[in-house]
Amino acid sequence: MEPVLLKTENLVKQFEGLVAVADVSFEVFHEEILTIIGPNGAGKSVLFGLISGLLRPTSGRILLSGRDISGSKPHAVAKKGISRTFQTTSLFDQLRVVDNLALGHKMRTHDGLFSTLLHSPKWKKDKQETEAKVMETLQFIGLENKAFDFVSTLSQVEQKCLSVGVALAGNPKLILLDEPTGGLIQEDTEKITQLIRKIHLAGITVCLIEHKMRMVMDLADRIIVLNYGAKIAEGTPEEISRNPEVIEAYLGKEHRA
Amino acid sequence: MKFLKDNWLPILLLALALTVPLIVPNRYTFQIIIMSCLFAIGTLSLNLILGFTGQASLAHAGFFAIGAYGVALLTTKVGLSFWLALPVSALLAAGIGFLVGLPTLRTRGSYFAISTMCMGVIIEIVSGNWVSLTGGQTGVVGIPAPSPIPLPFIGTLTFQTQTSQYYLVLAFLVLTLLVMQRLVFSLKGLGFMAVRNNEVLADSVGLNTFSIKILSFVIANFFVGMAGGIYAALLGSISPSVASITITFNFLVYLLLGGMATLAGPVIGAFAIPILMEYLQALQQYSMIIFGVLLILVIIYFPRGLMGGLTSLMTWAKGSSKAKG
Repeated sequence: MEPVLLKTENLVKQFEGLVAVADVSFEVFHEEILTIIGPNGAGKSVLFGLISGLLRPTSGRILLSGRDISGSKPHAVAKKGISRTFQTTSLFDQLRVVDNLALGHKMRTHDGLFSTLLHSPKWKKDKQETEAKVMETLQFIGLENKAFDFVSTLSQVEQKCLSVGVALAGNPKLILLDEPTGGLIQEDTEKITQLIRKIHLAGITVCLIEHKMRMVMDLADRIIVLNYGAKIAEGTPEEISRNPEVIEAYLGKEHRA
Repeated sequence: MKFLKDNWLPILLLALALTVPLIVPNRYTFQIIIMSCLFAIGTLSLNLILGFTGQASLAHAGFFAIGAYGVALLTTKVGLSFWLALPVSALLAAGIGFLVGLPTLRTRGSYFAISTMCMGVIIEIVSGNWVSLTGGQTGVVGIPAPSPIPLPFIGTLTFQTQTSQYYLVLAFLVLTLLVMQRLVFSLKGLGFMAVRNNEVLADSVGLNTFSIKILSFVIANFFVGMAGGIYAALLGSISPSVASITITFNFLVYLLLGGMATLAGPVIGAFAIPILMEYLQALQQYSMIIFGVLLILVIIYFPRGLMGGLTSLMTWAKGSSKAKG
């Protein structure tokens, strides 16, 4: 198997005059946990936007298993196997937990109009498969006892777990998690960390944006550091914690010594 | 038996609906009920695009008119049978819906409402001015009633009497309800609701939101076109007023008062409001004032319509009986 799952080549995103992502090239290897860190406004979320197709790169390429996916629409990128979550938890909040997960899996079904109207064998098979996937994902994220609850009644950490579940229900090869523990207390952060480990063990490649350094050092196989849109460092947690440029970006010049 | 147990309420309602011709007090009321069945079909289809998919189409009367003119012209000018003219007209409404949807569904929220409202106005103006095709302001007259259907053993089924016309519209209403029920309670229906609820997320979980919206719009216009086609055949004459914005807003009011994103709501709205209006007629000039106040009250206190009000009342009753026991 090709060791590189996702690769960006000289990725640039410009908003009017502002360069949000400047010439970023990096690789995500199969079955690793790669963490992207950087101060606020470093361009981390914009980078996710570019990979997931929500934003169009100004220049540069994004390759998934060697195939160019730059400029594809979000739904096309998702079908090719890249799922994502959002920084501010994004769910179908008028629907129930099971509906959210079923929608995460919907793109993997045939779902024709006439097979739906006629309840064709294909429709029944899709329905069973979706139900099985929903059950599996419910157990995976530990929300079995909330299956038929409405999203609005869930706690914050449950909502975060569900949003990861929605992404998992689409059978992704790569999952992009944008600050999955943002705004959570320590105990809940632990829960999410466990969940990310579980995803990793299930053989899904994880790429995550995170601010909580202890968690990052603990989880990541490799770390990429962004500052002002540019990649300033890349390496193992060990290497990154000793990198003077990273320390400067985070703490300011006077701390270098 | 299980089927009966699971579906006792719709079966009971259908049985009641079948006895309507026996209990209806006079021809006038009967006519209102027949029209309500047609408006219920139109409201159900508006419910699909607005209630479930969240796209406020204000061209609904326009597509109602396309179906009506389709049947009127195909039966009077081309000489097609009603039974052929009806599906052709409904498909025409769906096809024009597809073409209209391509540009308008790229807009969002109120912009979609405004652009479809313009479309509705255009359809009304065209039907009033394309004299050689539509007969201009005089419209089309002498549209034949649905042609008789020969049935083995029973003889032929004609559609001259009110009773037979009622059963005809009831059959189409049941058909529409069945289609909507299968659509809404499926992954496809969830897809519609996903677009209404969170379009960005729907897109990022691999759903092509644009094609979902187009599909919903096309199906909605197919059914409202069908309702328009039956309307033309039952009334025998139509004029450009079938495309007027008033009809769109009637559908909208039935939907809002009945309850959006439910299956029963649009039907309840389409029956309750016209019947209520009939009772208010006695109050003459005050009727619209009372109706207006009622509309405001329902929107403030029952934002999910009568159906939503009923549901919360039932959950409340269940909750309080549980609390007692």
